[in-house]
Amino acid sequence: MIFESVIGLEVHAQLKTNTKIFCSCSTTFGASPNTHTCPVCLGMPGVLPVLNKKVVEYTLRMAVATHCQITPESRFARKNYFYPDLPKGYQISQYELPLAENGFIDIEINGNKKRIGITRIHMEEDAGKLSHNPAWSYSMIDFNRTGVPLIEIVSEPDMRSAEEAVAYLKQLRSLVRYLGICDGNMEEGSFRCDANVSIMPKGSQTLGTRTELKNINSFKNIEKALLFEINRQKETIHDSARIILETRLWDPEKNRTLSMRGKEEAHDYRYFPDPDLLPLVVDNQWINAIKAALPELPDEKKERFVREYSLSPYDAGILTSTRELADYFENCLKIFPRSKPVSNWITGALLGLLNAEGKPVSESPVSAQNLAALLKLIDEGTISGKIAKTVFEEMARSGKSPGEIVEEKGLVQVADFSVIEAVVSSVLDRCPNEVKAYKQGKSKLLGFFVGRVMQETGGKANPKIVNQVLKEKLES
Amino acid sequence: MKITKDKVIHVANLARLELDKASMETFANQIGRVIDYIGLLNTVKTEGVKPTTHAIFLTNAFREDEEKNHLNLKKTLSNAPEKEEEHFIVPKIIGG
Repeated sequence: MIFESVIGLEVHAQLKTNTKIFCSCSTTFGASPNTHTCPVCLGMPGVLPVLNKKVVEYTLRMAVATHCQITPESRFARKNYFYPDLPKGYQISQYELPLAENGFIDIEINGNKKRIGITRIHMEEDAGKLSHNPAWSYSMIDFNRTGVPLIEIVSEPDMRSAEEAVAYLKQLRSLVRYLGICDGNMEEGSFRCDANVSIMPKGSQTLGTRTELKNINSFKNIEKALLFEINRQKETIHDSARIILETRLWDPEKNRTLSMRGKEEAHDYRYFPDPDLLPLVVDNQWINAIKAALPELPDEKKERFVREYSLSPYDAGILTSTRELADYFENCLKIFPRSKPVSNWITGALLGLLNAEGKPVSESPVSAQNLAALLKLIDEGTISGKIAKTVFEEMARSGKSPGEIVEEKGLVQVADFSVIEAVVSSVLDRCPNEVKAYKQGKSKLLGFFVGRVMQETGGKANPKIVNQVLKEKLES
Repeated sequence: MKITKDKVIHVANLARLELDKASMETFANQIGRVIDYIGLLNTVKTEGVKPTTHAIFLTNAFREDEEKNHLNLKKTLSNAPEKEEEHFIVPKIIGG
């Protein structure tokens, strides 16, 4: 039987507000433990949580960008469970009446668009951080993260492969970053993902029993975890066994998912409306203000890049993957207004450099101004394309402008006819056998001569002139 | 409403309460009566009535996103049954 996998994702995105969702404590990452706390986030009796307006604004941005319906009157609920990272014994979340429902985003797989439904987006508070060490007989708690605002974005079970799930997540992450509401850092945990996975016979309408995967902290791991789990479920059915509704943890070291036993009971959260928090009313005026202030989003930007700069959808997709990279591209164009070479250098040399150094474009050692200046030098014939690569590497190392580097290292292209002629003559004199072979019809040897001339001139000779002089001399 | 002993055990477990056998029977009985009493509300006709989400008729109490004073570490940890330098300490949660 051919099976089809069915995947739905729950994403938790930490919002980039200055303060927590229900109190005025700082959200800055990396502070010394338990210093960003107050009676509210420590869950002391008698305190009153008050909603951070910015959290609502940020959530509304996401809701509008994902075409959700905004709930006119939404409310907060208590999700009750005991765990040491949760000082109150309940998490303030939304259950019935979340802020946003019924939206969608479009993803692209091999050039085909697919629409993925968003079931709901709600606000909630993060829990504290527990540290365990096998050598200790106890666990330690830091409550700095307690009360940091999160939005949970729940998708419909619309994805049919690990590839689609990754494409959806990338698109979602790109969105929250464009909107400026979350930094999308999976490794640091500001963008986290749980996956619901099941399989069913291809063409079936009935969903199989699902498992929930947790603890996945990179795109690569998501793909691996999903592929493993889909395969595990297929094998389970193949062995005539039953798939159990359970939570499974991804173990990135051993590349497998493991059952988390004893979770079933804990799923009884006894949600009820939080009496400490008033209903949240969002009117059309507020929604319209959010809409008006929305930046250009990745899809729109990509379409504009294809239209305005005649780029391929693929290149436009790469260039608009982050707002910063798209800005970098457009800043280059302000100085050197030819989109094709700028796009090629960014998607090739620049991204290669940034990937190798593990840096975001905002920390690029080569500024947009300098890259554009380099392209100008090539275009004006001051340096050759080959030398430009050397100059680029030097720019990456030193951060200097290409003009400075070309001058310091004497890399200006040699376009002087007589200089090139002299080098060509000397090369031909030293290679009588190859010259003979060429004259007997081995015209492929031209490349060999060009190479030698380039070597002699340190790559600085203008290749057009070298070709021209060589042909003249060899065919005379 | 008849509340079974299993239900009482389940609820007690969720609330981290330990019950002896005798009190289980008592609680099953009492909880059943409480639920019956609350169930009186089901006899009220509520068609067309908007669900109440809050006891006070107010909406939208906001805070601006501005940082204010934190408690200091000493105060934060002052009620902790167990602590170590900067942390609250609890019995081991996971790990071997």
